[in-house]
Amino acid sequence: MSVPAPFDYHRAQSVDDALSLLQQFGDEAKILAGGHSLLPAMKLRLAQPEHIIDIGAIAALSFIRKDHSKIVIGALTPYTHIERSDLLRKELPILPETASTIGDQQVRNRGTLGGSLAHSDPASDMPGVIMALNGEIVVRSPRAERTITADDFFLGTFTTALEPDEILTEIRFATLPVHTGTAYEKLMNKASHYAIAGCAAVITLDSKQQCKAASITITGAATQTSRATAVEKALVGQKLDTDNIQSAANHAADDLELISDIHGSEDYRRQMAIVVTRRAITNALKRV
Amino acid sequence: MGIAAMVGTPIKRREDPRLITGQATYVDDLKLTGMLYMAVLRSPYGHARILDINVDTALQHPGVRAVFTAQDLKNSVGNIPIAAPLPPHITNGMGRRGALAEGKVRFYGDPVAIVVAENRYIARDALDLIEIDYEPLPAAIDIEKAMQPDAPLLYEEFGTNVAVVMHPETDEIDKVFADTLANGGVVVKDRFMNQRLAPSPMETRGVVADYRRGDKILNLWSSSQIPHLLRNYLAEQLGLAQHQVRVVVPEVGGGFGCKLNIYAEEALAAFSSMKLGQPVKWIEDRDENLAATIHGRDQVNYVEAAATKDGKVTGLKVHVISDLGAHCQFFTDVIAIAFTLPMLSGCYDIPHIYSSCDTVFTNKAPTDAYRGAGRPEACYIIERAMDLVARELKRDPAEIRRLNFLQPEQFPHKVATGALYDSGNYAGALDKAMEIIDYQKLRQEQKRKRANGELMGIGVSSYVEICGIGPKGTAPFGLYESARMRIEQSGTVIVYTGSSPHGQGEETTFAQLVSAEFGIPIEQIQVLHGDTSSTPEGRGTYGSRTTAVGGTAVFQATQRLKEKMKTIAASMLEASATDITFEDGKFAVAGSPQKSVTFEEVAATANTSNELAPGIEPGLETTVFFEPEACTFPFGTHICVVEIDKETGEPHITRYIAVDDCGRQLNPLLVAGQVHGGIVQGVGQALYEEVIYADDGQLLTNTFMDYAMPIASEFPVFELDHTVTPTDVNPLGVKGVGEAGTIGATPAVSAAIADALEVAHLNMPHKAEKIWQIIQQKRQAK
Repeated sequence: MSVPAPFDYHRAQSVDDALSLLQQFGDEAKILAGGHSLLPAMKLRLAQPEHIIDIGAIAALSFIRKDHSKIVIGALTPYTHIERSDLLRKELPILPETASTIGDQQVRNRGTLGGSLAHSDPASDMPGVIMALNGEIVVRSPRAERTITADDFFLGTFTTALEPDEILTEIRFATLPVHTGTAYEKLMNKASHYAIAGCAAVITLDSKQQCKAASITITGAATQTSRATAVEKALVGQKLDTDNIQSAANHAADDLELISDIHGSEDYRRQMAIVVTRRAITNALKRV
Repeated sequence: MGIAAMVGTPIKRREDPRLITGQATYVDDLKLTGMLYMAVLRSPYGHARILDINVDTALQHPGVRAVFTAQDLKNSVGNIPIAAPLPPHITNGMGRRGALAEGKVRFYGDPVAIVVAENRYIARDALDLIEIDYEPLPAAIDIEKAMQPDAPLLYEEFGTNVAVVMHPETDEIDKVFADTLANGGVVVKDRFMNQRLAPSPMETRGVVADYRRGDKILNLWSSSQIPHLLRNYLAEQLGLAQHQVRVVVPEVGGGFGCKLNIYAEEALAAFSSMKLGQPVKWIEDRDENLAATIHGRDQVNYVEAAATKDGKVTGLKVHVISDLGAHCQFFTDVIAIAFTLPMLSGCYDIPHIYSSCDTVFTNKAPTDAYRGAGRPEACYIIERAMDLVARELKRDPAEIRRLNFLQPEQFPHKVATGALYDSGNYAGALDKAMEIIDYQKLRQEQKRKRANGELMGIGVSSYVEICGIGPKGTAPFGLYESARMRIEQSGTVIVYTGSSPHGQGEETTFAQLVSAEFGIPIEQIQVLHGDTSSTPEGRGTYGSRTTAVGGTAVFQATQRLKEKMKTIAASMLEASATDITFEDGKFAVAGSPQKSVTFEEVAATANTSNELAPGIEPGLETTVFFEPEACTFPFGTHICVVEIDKETGEPHITRYIAVDDCGRQLNPLLVAGQVHGGIVQGVGQALYEEVIYADDGQLLTNTFMDYAMPIASEFPVFELDHTVTPTDVNPLGVKGVGEAGTIGATPAVSAAIADALEVAHLNMPHKAEKIWQIIQQKRQAK
């Protein structure tokens, strides 16, 4: 029967409140945001935290705003808000685009950006997109606030650079440079709607229409959300066309520890990583 | 709208307001005073010996009221009921078992022990405190390996996993095949898999059992399709008299056949309540539902068809292997034999049909009836076989079908399997479907797309199924339905149906029927069901039979009461009953329409009784049982168009046409609803759904993260139409439509996928990766 193991519930009223609860309970506590990863795991008793610190009531953590040259999104912002944000549609359209493909409407109403990042499921979409945008993840502890780049934040399946006494509070992004296009492509697992393979692409061209910068990440296919460095290298400096996009995309699964399960074999995931990468780059290029 | 026009009118379901506003009562909504909660400890192994069970710690857990194992059920709870145990082995106990596993567990999810506690959380926590010492055993998972002599045995004492071996002599069919070949004909053959599916109703199972010691009465609420059968069998299982058990089926959130069963948990909740003297509730969770509620399908079919060079099918030879799972539930052992084999002729005039069958136990959840129950497998076999013939002869699949169809004038017709078809016009449905989709133009479009390297496929499926079951002798209990009808003093009509509709909408269609017959507004009619203490004995709702059988009982009840009302009207009008006519809600003297009394006036006279002529019994009430003499055979043609993403292998359905013929339609809106749902469930099987076990018996698809259900956004708008070929089997001329969509859809989708890939056959589910592999193989072959 799917009910969680016994736990104590604490409702944090502020980030400081949450931090002091976290300090009090340490390893025995889990932060509850939207609950769309943690609660299913608890119901199946895969996770059995003794203390739940619910940060759902901290309204100050749910926002999307432009702060000078940065776009800042609060950790508790639900996907629905990201999907419908005019600011994001204008400034970082890959975020609404990706949010709209996550789960279903109910999931998007409850699931939060910060929750997804802190959970670090390699099959989920947002970690790869945040990484492709070179987002900065802001975390707080009673000691200090620090900023971690997305590349340094995701360490593996369900593992991040978050320390046990830290809470993820917001994600900051630089606005996109001129002549930049973005796209997220995924091949969905028909059961979970997570990615069998996904790719986030951010492409910037220079005045000669050559690829000035490329940020490419792969979701779903491997045990970790990963940056496709070989693809990026193959793109930069090129005048992008069908052929060199394809040959760059062919490196999409280089060095990945690919997953093989009932939803896709290693070989299929490798090939699909290539397909979605080519499509993401092509779409991003169209949007420059 | 004239009242007489009520039948055949697409009115909205009367059930819907309560369902869509959250006012319906499901089992889990029930809260009784002093209610306890039951949780079930299930096997984490596919096959293991139970060496020891220790429940002491669990019993000491605060709030736990009882822990029961198989030992505690001895002499109190009988075996799980089986409707029709088949010789030689099942009649001798193979696959029979008690409500809790004893000695061995035989599938992942097999119930081993129960905890009853003050709330469901305590009950769940205490499950972790039960200590069981298991000795894991090798599991029999693959059905064909399970048939081998060296396979791990589920029931060692029988020396085999094969329960039934039915292999008639093949001399005759062999000769047909040889003759066909000798005359320049062709033989096609293939192996089809009809994969294992989880029925997955939106509401899982649930039971509340309340044994009143003072009255010695067990009240049992269950999310079931079969209140009376459940009452009868459960009483026997618990050693109670039938009158001591009252079963109430409140709202049911989907059954699809999986609630056409008597499950261990019903007896366990009842036993617990009897032991503890308090009500006990059990609500199944989704992971339990995916693991331990019956599964559907799971057949392997070896199929051979012979045809003349002109495309006329001369013979069909089919071997069915049916995976029973770990033990017998209610109809587990008969699905393939009773429903697949008789329907192998499909819509076609095939002179010789040979069928053989093995049924096999494996370390998986029991299989049983799931929407279509054996008929989708038959339809899949014959429809895919027709496509193989067409492919071999390089003919259009629609053309081959038309060439082999039974003709309208041949009905009633006994096909080679022995099934007696009532009526049909198969070409009519095919023609209509082809016209709607503009078939020839579509084939041209496909040609153009192929020339461009695009993958587009068209699948045609002409199905026929068997419904309205059934005549005497079909099951160990007569498959009649019943209606008790009471006309009250105010003219209100109350219909108690013995059928147990649970979402099919008979509260609406039965009321439409009564409204039309009595000429009264539908608001004046109430249809009640699902309580064995008030409804007459019925067999429940399944097999698309409720309108054909239960609806006929309702119709006949209106006729009986109409006759009595005529007698009463005659005495009121001082005329002879034979001279009374009834029209538009008025009883009148023939030839003198001004001399009339209304339906309500007659109802009032009958019930107040003071004005009744001497010799006329007061009241207007009757109970009718209807047992059909034959079955009905709905049919139709579905056409599916798919396009495949060449790079990912993902199939997309771009058009779906369904022309169904379920005889006369009482409510076309509800027919369309059934067809929509049926198609989605059939496409779900064709494209997404698959229960997967690991070789050691672990269930790999025990959440919806891994078991893929179809969702609305995957579908185009369905293009529906119908033909109407009534049946003589019942006075309503209705056939049944609940399963038609599921039966017609899977072969249409499979055919479209195979057509797009230009291959003979591809097994379901047509997942993107499998399609992608075919594309790679074909590319390499070039």
